[in-house]
Order: sequence, then C-alpha cells, then structure tokens
Amino acid sequence: MDDMILQLKDLHKSFDNVKVLKGITLDVKAGRFLTLLGPSGCGKTTTLRLIAGLDTPDSGSILIGGKDMKGLPPEKRPVNTVFQNYALFPHMNVQKNIAYSLVLRHTDKEEALKKVNELLSIVQLEGYNKRMPAQLSGGQRQRVAIARALACDPQILLLDEPLGALDLQLRRQMQVELKALQKKLGITFIYITHDQEEALNMSDRIAVMNDGCIEQFGSPENIYEHPTTRFAAQFIGQSNIIEGDVVEKVAGGVRVQICENNTIIVKGEYEIGEHLALSVRAERIDYADKADFGFALNGTIKMHSYIGGVLRTTITLQNGQEVLITGANPVSRYPAGCAVQVFWDPAVAAVVERGQGK
Amino acid sequence: MTAVPETKKTERRISPAVIPMYIVTVLFVALPMVYVIGITFLMKDEVFGITNQVTLKNYADLFSAVNLKVFADSFVVAISTTVLTLLIGYPFAYFTARFSQKTRSFIILLIMAPFWINSLLRLNGWIILLKANGAINEGLLALGIISEPLKILYNNGAMMLGMVYALLPFMITSIYNSVEKMDWTLIEAARDLGSKPFSAFLRVTLPLTMPGVVAGCVLVFVPSMGLFFISDLLGGSKVLLLGNLIKNEFYQARNWPMGATLSIAMLAFTFVFIIIYKKVTDDKTAGGLK
Repeated sequence: MDDMILQLKDLHKSFDNVKVLKGITLDVKAGRFLTLLGPSGCGKTTTLRLIAGLDTPDSGSILIGGKDMKGLPPEKRPVNTVFQNYALFPHMNVQKNIAYSLVLRHTDKEEALKKVNELLSIVQLEGYNKRMPAQLSGGQRQRVAIARALACDPQILLLDEPLGALDLQLRRQMQVELKALQKKLGITFIYITHDQEEALNMSDRIAVMNDGCIEQFGSPENIYEHPTTRFAAQFIGQSNIIEGDVVEKVAGGVRVQICENNTIIVKGEYEIGEHLALSVRAERIDYADKADFGFALNGTIKMHSYIGGVLRTTITLQNGQEVLITGANPVSRYPAGCAVQVFWDPAVAAVVERGQGK
Repeated sequence: MTAVPETKKTERRISPAVIPMYIVTVLFVALPMVYVIGITFLMKDEVFGITNQVTLKNYADLFSAVNLKVFADSFVVAISTTVLTLLIGYPFAYFTARFSQKTRSFIILLIMAPFWINSLLRLNGWIILLKANGAINEGLLALGIISEPLKILYNNGAMMLGMVYALLPFMITSIYNSVEKMDWTLIEAARDLGSKPFSAFLRVTLPLTMPGVVAGCVLVFVPSMGLFFISDLLGGSKVLLLGNLIKNEFYQARNWPMGATLSIAMLAFTFVFIIIYKKVTDDKTAGGLK
C-alpha cells in the first residue's frame, strides 16, 4: 500500500441528520487522474471537502501519503482545491492570486515571481499578471484558479466540477488540456463531475457514486463495458436492462427466460431459478430478420430517430419492454412496425444484479 | 476599490418630473448654504445680527487659541468615537452576518429599534442610569460593592459613552452590509492555500469589507464632529466641542458671522478628512507581490 497517495476508510458524514456519505472507502495510487462521478447530491463534493479538510468526517479516516489527516486544518494538508466557482480573490490581480500561498510561505520575491510566470505559462496565460479577476473570461478564471492551486506544489489537486460553468466547446478543449497538464505534472488529480463523457474522457480511474456510496470503482473501459450495478450501468452511457430467470445450463453459460418463448444466453455460472438483471449497451445490440448467437428476442420496431452520427431505434419486445439500439447507419432497412429479432454477443452483456427468482 | 472600467455614460436628459425636486433643493439646500457662506464675510451687529460691512476678520479669528483648542478637542473626540465604534461594531457586524437569516433580521431589527425614539429621550435614559442616585449606583450600593455613589455622569467618560451609543448603529449597519455580501468560499480558498483563520481574515475578509468600514467611519466621524447635545447632556459641558462652539456663537454670543465661519470651517475640515481617508483606504489592497 506504499504507493497509495490517498486512502479513504469508511467515511461517514451527515448534515442535519441527513446521511450524505454512507461509508466511502477508496484507495488512489499516486499520479492517477481519479474522477468521482455521480448525480448531484450523491456526496461527491462532500467527499472532496473532507479530503481538503473543509469539513470533518463523522467517522472514518483519511490518509494522504500514508499520514492520517485527522484534526489537520485545511492549511496544513498537502492538497489544494480548484473550487467550483473558482473563488479567485476579487481584490487581487492574477499575480497576487497565484502568489497567495507563496507569500504566506515567505517565498523570496524574485523566486515567487518566477514561479508565478512559470505557472502562468503552464496554464497558457503569459502576461496576464496584472489583470483583475473581473476582467477575465470564465475559461481564463478557471486557468488562474488552477495555477493558484498548483503554486505550492500539492501532492493532490482537488477539482470540484471546474468545467461546469464553461460552454461545450471550451469544456472539450479544457478537458484535453487538464488531462495533458496532469500527465505533465504527474500530480494526483481528484476530479468531480456529473458529466459521464468528461469522466470517461479524462480519467485513469472512475469512482461512480450514488446516494453516499461508491457503486463501482475502475478504469473507464471497465466501468463502461462491465458495469457491476444497475445504477452504474444506467448512469453511464445508454444501457438496456434486461431481466429474467435462469432456466437451463448450457455450455459456458446459462439460458435465461425473458418472456414466453424468448430466452437469452448469459455467460458465467449461475444456478437454475436465479433472477438476473443484465446491462446491454445500446450500441452493442443488433437486430435483423434472423438472429445470431444462438438466441433471439422477438420484437417490433417502434421508431427510428436520427440524432446526428447515430440512428436510434426503439424496439418493443414481446413482453412490452422497450430496448434502445444505436447504430452507425443513418438509415435502417427495417421500417417502423416491422417484426425483427433482437440479439447481441453474450460477451458484451454485464450482469448488474442477481437474486432469487420468483 | 478595484479598477473596474467605468460603465459607459448613460444619456442625461432631465425629465420634467424632477423639476420640483430641483426647486426644493435650490431653495432649501443651495440658497441657505450660499447665505451661510455669504455672512462669513460680514460683521456682527448687536441689533440686526449682521451688518453689510465686508471683512475677513472672522476667518482670522478662527485661528485664535481658544478655537484651535476646540478644533483639536473635537477632532480627538471624533476620532476616539470612530475608533471605538469600529472596534465594537466590526466584530458585532461580522458575527451577526454569519448567523442564520432569521436571527440576522432579528438582530438588525433590535439595532434599528432605538431609532424610533427621539435621541434626546434616549440620552435622558442614560442620565437616569448614570446619575448619583441612578439605577447603576443604587444597584452597586445595594449589593455593597461600593460605599458611596460613583461619579460616572457629567464627565468625559459619560460623554464618550453617549457618543458611541448614539453612533454605533451607523457603524454596525454599514459594516454588516458589506460582510453580508462576502462570498465565504473565498475564505475556504484562503484556508486551502495555507492561511490560518486570522490570516485569512486579514488578507481576504478585511480588504473585501473595507468599503463598509470606510462608509461606517465616515458616517460616524462626520456627525461626531458636530454633535453638541451629548457633550451638554452627559459630559456636563466640560469639554467644549465644535458643535457646542457653533451653538454658543449663534445663541449666546449672537455672533452669526462667526458661527457661520465655524460651520464652514467644520465642513471643510470633515471634507478634507474624508478625502484623506479615501486616499488611504484605496491603497489598502497593496501588500504582497505587486
């Protein structure tokens, strides 16, 4: 566990008797870009504030570089935060904002100035030293906030939805820049967002959070391709949740009954009678007159809609459930109302829930 | 305080609706002012108040030893009042602004409530409390803490108490207004960047609430130069303040030109003070890397 820069152990936190965090445990390796991904109110900002020392946990512990942070105020922790609203000091120019922590440490004036200019060049704002925050655009303020947080060489940089206020174009650009910056500096980034695309795009590791718990922790590929919980499957990407009971064991897997006369093949070992919920990504499902992969679900095409780049098709299954399918082809050979068979490669379906059958 | 570029000038066109306001202002503010300035150049007359003899004698008389002492005393009293109200008012306003919205409104209501009562009546209340057989002395005597009544009324202490009491709400409300507008994540950012709580206060909260402090100081300093009835009522007229001097010239000496000259001098004095103060606080944000 020596290379763990950050360890969270069973963190609990309540505000006014509302449980916000219900046992957060997380280990982060040094140099990683970790994203806490979840809907608003899931406790991700609270987690960040606990790490920064801006709030104290009710129970559980936080270790940074192996050192317990218990009782340490924010100013004594080797982490810095980029706040959601940037929190630049409005009465100080860019240079004074960035040099804030350097002045506190009585850094030599010339050295501090050198550092400020270095940081400004890292965030591509050379020559903006004397500008006041009010004279900067949103993207520029964001960069100043990052430069300011990096000024005293934190071991971990905490970023609380830093791109939330920017427009889409700038967001995309900043995503690339932030990722490049993190690679270059080699500092651990803990990044908060509710935007799945942002998370998948930038992170080495993603922790999917919901309702005060971590639902799944893994690499972006892992999270996307192999969701382990229903929430993780539905929050990220377009997922179809397909449920049924195991009726028969077959080679390499089991047969699961979805509705009358319709079964699917699921890989893995399960007991007969078990109830399974599967997540199948919309782009991994296919449909045709005749199915492959040894199973098929009968359905009727309800509608097609072209959403730019992909064609989204809704198919109603025999049991009334609707599945969403996306395909690269802008036109479909099958018009709405046409009966088709729906199928997928059993290897791409992930079991997100298992329980006793009815 | 920050160099915000000036917004473009809005077109100025006088609406007929404001003309009555201009007339009132000219009649009741500008004309009396011109009259006051005018008579400073005239001589006093025992019968008619003023003569039409033009002179600069009144301005020369300003610099008599007596007048200079009154100016100096008034200045000291005004500065002390300002400093005291600031020292009490800042923490008061700061902590009030950090309460919940409901508590805040209630506290501000309590501060404003005394304004519904005439200030002379309120000061008379203090006399009842402070006098030799007043509530405080009676109480202390009854408790056996003192054996004879303390002389706490009609001295400088009582006068300062009255000044601070009368002017504190102005300080509190102006500071409160700027503390209330503070974005507290800035303090979290300061802490995050390595400031201890007090350093965060000095470097972030104080400069950002400076406009409220300046406003409060001006609102307290300016009237405290001219308040005469507090010195009369609670101070026992022991200290002659500028306000008392002006009052005496008008009512007792019946020297209107001299009273007017003193008034103008006081106006000029406070004006200069405000300008200096503004200049000083404008540079307050300096420090650290420039």
